[in-house]
Amino acid sequence: MAEHLHKLEIFRGLIKFKSNQQKIWGVLIFLSIVTGIEVALGINKPDILLNKFIGLKLINWMFIIMTIIKAYYITWDFMHIRDEKSFLKNSIVVPLLILIPFLLFILLIEGSYIFDVMLGGFKSWNF
Amino acid sequence: MQASSAISNTNTSGSWGGGSKPLVAGYGKLMMWFFIVSDALTFSGFLVSYGFSRFKNIDSWPIADEVFTHFPFLHGIDAPMYYVALMTFVLIFSSVTMVLAVDAGHHHNKNRVAFYMLLTIIGGAIFVGSQAWEWKNFIKGEYGAVEVQSGEILQFYDLEKSKRIPIDEFAVSLTQERYTHDDNVGLWYVEESKLPEITLDEVLAGFNQNLNITVRLEAIDDKGKKIILDRQAAEVAINSATRVVKGANLYRNEYGNPLFADFFFFITGFHGFHVFSGVVINIIIFINVLLGTYERRGHYDMVEKVGLYWHFVDLVWVFVFTFFYLI
Repeated sequence: MAEHLHKLEIFRGLIKFKSNQQKIWGVLIFLSIVTGIEVALGINKPDILLNKFIGLKLINWMFIIMTIIKAYYITWDFMHIRDEKSFLKNSIVVPLLILIPFLLFILLIEGSYIFDVMLGGFKSWNF
Repeated sequence: MQASSAISNTNTSGSWGGGSKPLVAGYGKLMMWFFIVSDALTFSGFLVSYGFSRFKNIDSWPIADEVFTHFPFLHGIDAPMYYVALMTFVLIFSSVTMVLAVDAGHHHNKNRVAFYMLLTIIGGAIFVGSQAWEWKNFIKGEYGAVEVQSGEILQFYDLEKSKRIPIDEFAVSLTQERYTHDDNVGLWYVEESKLPEITLDEVLAGFNQNLNITVRLEAIDDKGKKIILDRQAAEVAINSATRVVKGANLYRNEYGNPLFADFFFFITGFHGFHVFSGVVINIIIFINVLLGTYERRGHYDMVEKVGLYWHFVDLVWVFVFTFFYLI
């Protein structure tokens, strides 16, 4: 059956696996390395990464990027969306790629606006 | 699946006659994917509202490293994040065994499917247990704090040792006449929640006797550290203390903003419920594998569908881990 065929390469063909099982273990190793880096950064918090870059600390940008990389490999290889028809793939991924950034944009902008308003005299710590 | 195979038996060709599968995926798998899309939006709604509340209180949000510092059998040792990292790894590993089960299903290897499903169930159970343990530590609390009239939490800090000091280490025990009200000795229609083991008077007396103790605010400075007051300012700040806070509930917690605990309970609770129901569904599928249901049906598509759900739970945890514990 067609759905038993797997695409056996990751990193755009940089690493090719011989079987699907081998690919799964390869992806696990990759995800573990990324998680390890995240935890090491989270515990040590190097000073150089605490500088701000476009509204967020550099270290937080790194965490977010690594999370998205992990999410990509979990969906593409564990949930084997890599092997699905592109129509199915797009009908799942595209709505999420549109809606979630939209929600993020609206609410985070609004949150920091409320912070500014309260900072300007509408909040008191001592009353 | 049975429905779709019944349709394909009619042998009608063309787009309008039915029977063709443009997405090359069964009905159940397609619906599982659409459920996952809607559930992903639910979780992103939760996490984004967490972000909203955090941006709203960006200068006073609790620091996760200071809250989740426990590791089993290492009592009193400060081990931030190690346990959550371990939980993450357990969940990713149970995802791997799930993929291996799906793969074995494609090869119609019943024993291997059952073996990997069992490993997945064990991994999920370990994860849910770990989360319960995290909740226990979170609810019980470690240092304790006082709440002042404005609702802000003041934590205590030892200037000599340069670290936080738990309230039970410096509080002076005073004889008390006040007991928790019980409805069999007083007004039967009046209820009172349990009184704290250490009263506010005891904490304040201890604070006045130990001049090396000062107060740590919720507010954070430019470097992301909590602001520590000097002794004189601390004496002023603590004047308006109204109650002792130990641990966490939905109304107040010793870590800082009440919203922090609310979101912790809600998001990890909702995720934990997903893991729990995933384990239950996995057990049902596991029993069906053992009974040979899918062998008789001719395919292991059910394992694949529950696998999709299981990976999704793992995927959500990756995001919860980042936004709750790392950032």
